[in-house]
Amino acid sequence: MAVTAGHREATRRAVEPASSSQRLKESAFKATMLLSTLVGLLFLTVLLVDVGRDGLPLVGADFITSFPSRISPETSGVRSALQGTLLLIVVTAAFIVPVGIATAIYLEEYADTERWWNRIIELNIQNLAAVPSIVYGILGLAWIVRGPLSLGRVLLAGALTLGLLVLPVVIVVAREAIRAVPSSIRDGSLALGATQWQTIWKQVLPGALPGIATGVILALSRAIGETAPLILVGAVAFYRFDSDGLLSSFSALPIQILEAVTDSDPAFRDLAAAAIIVLLVILLLMNSVAIFLRNRYEQKW
Amino acid sequence: MASADFTARAAGPPGSGAGLRYRRTRRSAGEQVIKVLLGAAALLSVVTTTGIVVSLLSETIAFFGEVGFAEFFLGTDWNPLRQGDQQSFGVLPLIWSTVYLTLIGLVIAIPLGIASAIYLAEYASPRVRRIIKPTLEVLAGIPTIVLGYFALTYVTPIVLRDLLGIEVRIFNGLSAGIVLGILVLPTIASVAEDALSSVPQSLREGAYGLGATQRQVVLRVVFPAALSGIVAALVLGASRAIGETVVILIAAGADPNLTFDLGVSHQTMAAFIAQTARGDISQGGTEFQTIFAVGTTLFVITLLVNAIAIRLVRRFRQVYD
Amino acid sequence: MSKRMTEPTPARRSASTNESFAREAADVTTLSTAVADRPDHETIFDVEDVSVFYGDKRAVRNVRIRLAQNEITALIGPSGCGKSTFIRCLNRMNDLIPSAKVTGSIGYHGQDLYGSDVDPVQVRKRIGMVFQKPNPFPKSIYDNIAFGPRVLGLKGDMDEIVESALRRGALWDEVKDRLKTNAFGMSGGQQQRLCIARSLATSPDVLLMDEPCSALDPISTGRIEDLMMELKQDYSIVIVTHNMQQAARVSDMTAFFTVELDGDSGHRTGAVVEYDKTDKVFQNPSDKRTEDYVTGKVG
Repeated sequence: MAVTAGHREATRRAVEPASSSQRLKESAFKATMLLSTLVGLLFLTVLLVDVGRDGLPLVGADFITSFPSRISPETSGVRSALQGTLLLIVVTAAFIVPVGIATAIYLEEYADTERWWNRIIELNIQNLAAVPSIVYGILGLAWIVRGPLSLGRVLLAGALTLGLLVLPVVIVVAREAIRAVPSSIRDGSLALGATQWQTIWKQVLPGALPGIATGVILALSRAIGETAPLILVGAVAFYRFDSDGLLSSFSALPIQILEAVTDSDPAFRDLAAAAIIVLLVILLLMNSVAIFLRNRYEQKW
Repeated sequence: MASADFTARAAGPPGSGAGLRYRRTRRSAGEQVIKVLLGAAALLSVVTTTGIVVSLLSETIAFFGEVGFAEFFLGTDWNPLRQGDQQSFGVLPLIWSTVYLTLIGLVIAIPLGIASAIYLAEYASPRVRRIIKPTLEVLAGIPTIVLGYFALTYVTPIVLRDLLGIEVRIFNGLSAGIVLGILVLPTIASVAEDALSSVPQSLREGAYGLGATQRQVVLRVVFPAALSGIVAALVLGASRAIGETVVILIAAGADPNLTFDLGVSHQTMAAFIAQTARGDISQGGTEFQTIFAVGTTLFVITLLVNAIAIRLVRRFRQVYD
Repeated sequence: MSKRMTEPTPARRSASTNESFAREAADVTTLSTAVADRPDHETIFDVEDVSVFYGDKRAVRNVRIRLAQNEITALIGPSGCGKSTFIRCLNRMNDLIPSAKVTGSIGYHGQDLYGSDVDPVQVRKRIGMVFQKPNPFPKSIYDNIAFGPRVLGLKGDMDEIVESALRRGALWDEVKDRLKTNAFGMSGGQQQRLCIARSLATSPDVLLMDEPCSALDPISTGRIEDLMMELKQDYSIVIVTHNMQQAARVSDMTAFFTVELDGDSGHRTGAVVEYDKTDKVFQNPSDKRTEDYVTGKVG
């Protein structure tokens, strides 16, 4: 055991302080990691400052209430785009809330995981989450605007397409919220003679609702930030009318921003920044509501 | 009558007594209907996938009736909208630009993302984490169109041209690639941080107990143990970058170029699809079908990347007792 | 055994009643006999008035014992009496917990373990630790053993170092043909012996063991106890254990910890009641509390 004895003689010497090269390596490593983190934050800051500097001066009541103009940037506004985006929120929500929750309830409370068709459903949802948003746009163009549904380039088509895009998110969140409800609650209800559906409707769903609501809002905020599907579905960039309902042409903030950014006139590019600010404000509001709901109503089982 | 009901109920579990059987049957039918309705909602996901596949395939097959496989996949000239002799359908420039710009983005996002994850998971105090983590989530939630604006109006003129003095065209691949990295950074950081945090504390304690420094514990024990999750983070980031449309559309221009030169315009598959849809497309023409052919190619590539992800994650997964 | 009389140490209390003060004074008198002055044994740890605080709650108070070389010292006592907290002071593992604070002094071969010029990393290279639940790294058996020497920067033939450690850990014969396989393929008992061998690979001076057998079956436990007796010749061992029979079997000295309830705050603090030769502690304890515990009257 020569290795042992010789080394342990050495360890009987006093414990030294950390060598300076050791301390340097430790500090350098930690500093590098911290710096990298700060770089990401730096990007965010610069981005917001840039957008704010270009766009803030232009945001105002006129901006929000005027229609977009191709020729005069001074009078151009986001009225129709704003309407479109807000309507999209409502209509998409009307689609994804029942369908998403229904799917989640089915998968969590009814489906027998041994059956092959249920496993296919699960697999589908996983795969759909990874599909790029533009492919959803193609689907929307082929089957909703044209093809089987043939709705045309209307608001409803946009809402359905965006809804399909974010449905996997809603399903996942709703499933987690439902799963979090302890089985003791279900057992108690069933023991009192309630049917499965009554149990779900009266006990499980109310318990899962805060989590579901938060998830829905986050899904919606993702949906209205999307541009690619709207391009494919035919949202209009210069729509100079108030919205005419679900089955009329429509505009949306991302589309108008896209058009304004790619304009050669720098004045229009600044308008794009202003429209971006409007969009970000809407997203900020939505996320704040989601966080508020989560903190206020969160169920801790 | 109250007493009769009571007797019937007392005879056995609810619903089994003769007097109550009909109510149970009716409830049963209602329950069945509900189950079917819910199942139908769930089937929508299958319908969606089928829809994607069918809609893509039918037009793609028609496309390949006009344009041969060889020309599409091996051709290096992509000019589908020109007329006559000038028209060509070689998709390689689109595939190349997609891969190339994704790589540029990953070169930025992977080191910064993993380093951020390490800092947050292993070094940051709880107070610092509470500030930085939500900030990263905000960054993740910024719509891509905003990032596209940023690329065109700031990164290209100010960062690349003024600050770094690189000569680039107004629409260039470098700007798009960099912003693609910024786009994907929060995703990688977030998933990697989850993976690192999931490594059990007992492993760290064992390493510290052997006289390792914090850096050694992080690099030699925690990071290898979290490898499958980190790989998942990277592939998730790559997948997002491949499918990204608007940043490229705005910042990289609409001219496909099969080149290493990042100073010129590049067009990815997704950007092409969006660009074409913005123009006038008539139904049924070969030009219209290019959307689907390229869309199918993009879809298949995305599926492949995700399939690789699942294999890799499974391979690196560490099972803790 | 000479009794050393010392003055009562003023303890930290928020609001003291006469009652609790009287109780504390009595404890300290008992405590002063717990030093076990043993001039014929070379001291390895000189623990002087050590208390451990988490935030402002004291988890362990006023420990005063002297641990000697090439012995097995057992720390016994009921749950929650601070044995694990205390043993983690000996290799500065408590440094990893931000809210933990250690007062008093611990001399290690005469050097202040918590001195400002002492590197905790160096401390842990000399004082190894084995944990309650085996925690092998998700690497090969070889890489598990080699980890310590590698981060230590030990020069030498790594194959030799690994083999030597596995032999000392009584694991070599079982694994010599599968050194490159994942450590998680081993049974619980083998994993724990791997953890012991892993600690031995850095050729430490002292081995601290925090309930090393509580997650293992009796056969594995027996093998590890045999291993401890072998290791005693070259190393000093401190073991925390819930298993009194184990303490009685393997240890030379035993320290009995108890839990005290602070009447005001309801907070629990651990303290050493008695520290003596194992035979004496188990057969003829000086303190009634020790006697109650070892005879099973209290848990």
